Amino acid sequence: MIHKPHVDWFALSPSLSLLAAAGLLLMVAVFVPPATRRAVAASTGFAGFVAAGVFAAFLDARSPHVTLLVHDAMIRDRFGALAQVILAGCGAIAVLIAYRERMRDEHVAEYYALLTAAGAGMAFFVQAGNLMTLFLGLEWFSIALYVLTAIDIDLIGSLEAGLKYLVVGAVGSATLLFGSALVYGITGQLSFDKIATAGHTHDAMLVVGLAMIIVGLMFKSSAAPFHMWTPDAYQGAPTPVTAFMSSATKVAALVVTYRVFVSAFPHDVHLWRWAIAIIAVVSLAWGNIGALVQRNVKRILAYSSVSHAGFMLIAIAAANALGERALLYYLIPYSAMSLGAFAVVAARERELGVPVTLQNLAGFGWERPFLGVAMWTFMLGMLGFPLTGGFIGKFYVFAAAYDHGLSWLIVVGVIATMISAYYYLGIIRAMYFRDAAELQLAPAGGSPPRDLFLTLGVFCSLAVTVGSFFAVQPLIDVAHSAANSLPF
Amino acid sequence: MNQWLTMILIVLPVAGALLVAVAPLSAYWLGSFAALVSLVEIGFWITAASRFHYGSPRLQLAQHASWFSDLHVSWHVGMYAFSVWIVGMSVVCMGAATIYGWWVGRDRGRAYFALMLLLTGAVVGVFTSQDLLLFYAFFEAMLIPLYVLIGVWGGADRLRATLTFVVYTVVGSLLMLASIVVLGLREGTFDLTQMHTSHSSLLFLGFLVAFAIKSPLFPFHGWLPITYREAPAEVSGVLSGVVGKAGLYGLLRIAIPIFPAVVADWRGLILALSAASLLYGSLLAFRAPDFRGVVMYSSLAQAGLIGLGLFANNSLGFDGAVLQIVNHGLVSTSLFLLAGMVERRTATRGEFALLGGMARGRPALASLVMIVGIVSLAVPLSTTFAGEFLILAGVFQQGWAWAVLGAIAIVLAAMYMLRAISAVLHQDTGSAVSERATDLRLGELAILVPLVLCLLGLSAWPNLVSGHTLGKTQIERLAK
Repeated sequence: MIHKPHVDWFALSPSLSLLAAAGLLLMVAVFVPPATRRAVAASTGFAGFVAAGVFAAFLDARSPHVTLLVHDAMIRDRFGALAQVILAGCGAIAVLIAYRERMRDEHVAEYYALLTAAGAGMAFFVQAGNLMTLFLGLEWFSIALYVLTAIDIDLIGSLEAGLKYLVVGAVGSATLLFGSALVYGITGQLSFDKIATAGHTHDAMLVVGLAMIIVGLMFKSSAAPFHMWTPDAYQGAPTPVTAFMSSATKVAALVVTYRVFVSAFPHDVHLWRWAIAIIAVVSLAWGNIGALVQRNVKRILAYSSVSHAGFMLIAIAAANALGERALLYYLIPYSAMSLGAFAVVAARERELGVPVTLQNLAGFGWERPFLGVAMWTFMLGMLGFPLTGGFIGKFYVFAAAYDHGLSWLIVVGVIATMISAYYYLGIIRAMYFRDAAELQLAPAGGSPPRDLFLTLGVFCSLAVTVGSFFAVQPLIDVAHSAANSLPF
Repeated sequence: MNQWLTMILIVLPVAGALLVAVAPLSAYWLGSFAALVSLVEIGFWITAASRFHYGSPRLQLAQHASWFSDLHVSWHVGMYAFSVWIVGMSVVCMGAATIYGWWVGRDRGRAYFALMLLLTGAVVGVFTSQDLLLFYAFFEAMLIPLYVLIGVWGGADRLRATLTFVVYTVVGSLLMLASIVVLGLREGTFDLTQMHTSHSSLLFLGFLVAFAIKSPLFPFHGWLPITYREAPAEVSGVLSGVVGKAGLYGLLRIAIPIFPAVVADWRGLILALSAASLLYGSLLAFRAPDFRGVVMYSSLAQAGLIGLGLFANNSLGFDGAVLQIVNHGLVSTSLFLLAGMVERRTATRGEFALLGGMARGRPALASLVMIVGIVSLAVPLSTTFAGEFLILAGVFQQGWAWAVLGAIAIVLAAMYMLRAISAVLHQDTGSAVSERATDLRLGELAILVPLVLCLLGLSAWPNLVSGHTLGKTQIERLAK
């Protein structure tokens, strides 16, 4: 008789509900007639993400202690649960944004199936407790995203972007896998807590393994110099997919990066702290300087996401209680701003039918007042201006850096923010400041397409972006209790 | 009610801005609503000023609530005696500018009035917040409406103007943010009323640069010419009259009380920079070829003068500086509004070469330009004379040479202001001045006359401000 491990199904419910939604969506693709397929598929996907979010919230409330599941392969704790709540929120908003996207009707159910599958993979990834599930989760959501990037075969560059993402992403995954193999080879252990207690701290092979794991995870966080795929993939992918990638992938990758570091390599903190600090500086420099010369708005936002990875890596490099809170807090407004900004780009794209550049953004703010004000808020938030959570996020990151004596990182962050003012405000300038004669009017046919769901998605993002500025205390409390479940 | 008054002063215009943004009304009615909100705001300020106990150096009308507790950041607003007067000047000037925008009928009214009201709320927030992070949030929040106000309603070269303005301001304020993070974490609280004094020159420098850019003081005034020339007249007015004062207020509330030792070390240098702003600004104003040029460089000079008062380190200097902040806010707003009115009438950008002879047949315009001009050059019996006298008397105690430099600048002020008055009102009729350039309309008078009455009232009783600010005792009690 085979001994079956006890499985805590509730702990896995966020992934499972998304997986169930993905399976259901594949059925929808076959059995639902084309006339209603789009609506049925989108609502199924939305329901999947909402269910995952609700389960994750319950999980957060009911996991006061850390428990290891399935032979230590998975971890049930508040840290993972909070990340799953954020991920589910990103997914739900991404569904709203995607609903009116021009795409072939025959692919629409598969689109949402892939989106929910990617979500399921990420929810699994943030709960990973050993190197095996870590890699499994990473590949799970990555493969779904590779296909999503290339799903719109009518879109110029989509296939190319998918291929680039696949090749570069595969290099990242392979590096991670190689690193994991080295770590396993030295310690003989797979699960994070046992690697930490195996006591091979100064082994050169372990250090090489750690370095390769860092590189693999940084590929997914799109931190420089491992960001080469980011601008192309973000530009080429359908915009709702880009919105999901830029927010959810970053949440999953950064949360897991921190978890792996503090639970598997707490004794090597002096090594990874410096590695991460250097990667943070490179990301801040490269992301912000790269964005200066871009004209395509999606590329600007892609470089901006590289620089935001840099900011959040400062929090990881600080590796103290304040840094944990800073990271978890920062992710919330960042995801909202990123989703919202790409949603606004998607709206303009659907209006004009061409890629959105600074040039053809002219007059957008006056034509679509709500989306204009929302975009304005997102840009100011990314710049770290008050009245948005982005400001508090940056403040926390700087506070964490100072708290650990990394004041020079504050200087780097401040300089990076100064540079970023140029292109964030440049987008606002493009939307509002042109003369009436230069204004790009909506394409012939009168008023722009009504898109209630996208507007709703933007509204939710806006509410989170602004709300996180006012409701700092509750969010920090949640982040605090989530961070307490880590063993560091 | 008392603890809510300060909050109402901040929240009322912001709520008004949100209402203007969504209310289904025409631009005209949105403008009248914004005007109403500004007047109600002034009403609330009068209530606050009447409930204030002058003579006590304690924070009053204060409200405190924790914002996030792990770093001890809080919503802490309230007023000291000197803040009451600066807030009063701000709401009056912002109200005048908003109503002028309504009277002129700025296009895209919904956005315009919402932004003006938002700016009002942010400005009052800066002058009343007693928490470093909250102060920073309001300080930065001022930039958001200003950026769009200049970029959308500004002149032909407005894109370059916004870029210059933003680059300078953002650089300054981010340096301040770094200082704030470090200072707050070292102190264990961001509450300004709980702050101890600090000896760090580096932190002081972060604040000093941010405030010197905002004020502006020489040599951080590079953004000034293009910004003030390209912004709409009433926006330039509040930019120089109100927003610039945020920098001087920051010196008064944060830089001087928290870093007394560093200030003592650097006093000579800062006084020299202030004196340089004063003289250099006056000379530039004398050479300026247009009405706005004179007004904007005179505000550089005035910022230098107020800087001299602030760093004189005695009660005379502080009281004079606060009085002069109030005076110059009113003067500068009035002068920029007058410049805007002249430009509108002549369809010029206020170049003196095209103007002249406007006094003939335009008695109201001539009288107002004359009165405000005369007040601004600190003629004896005017409130600006009182302010400048106090400042010079205060800085005299630091060294007679400073007072001499200040006195020279006052002579220069007379020269540049009389030159401007003469170039607009007198001399031969300019080529751009036609019959269509009418006298001031009733609406314009309704905006300007109250400002001038404030100035005349203060001239009659400057002690209302300078006698109620408690001077050095107040400054020394601002930090532990």
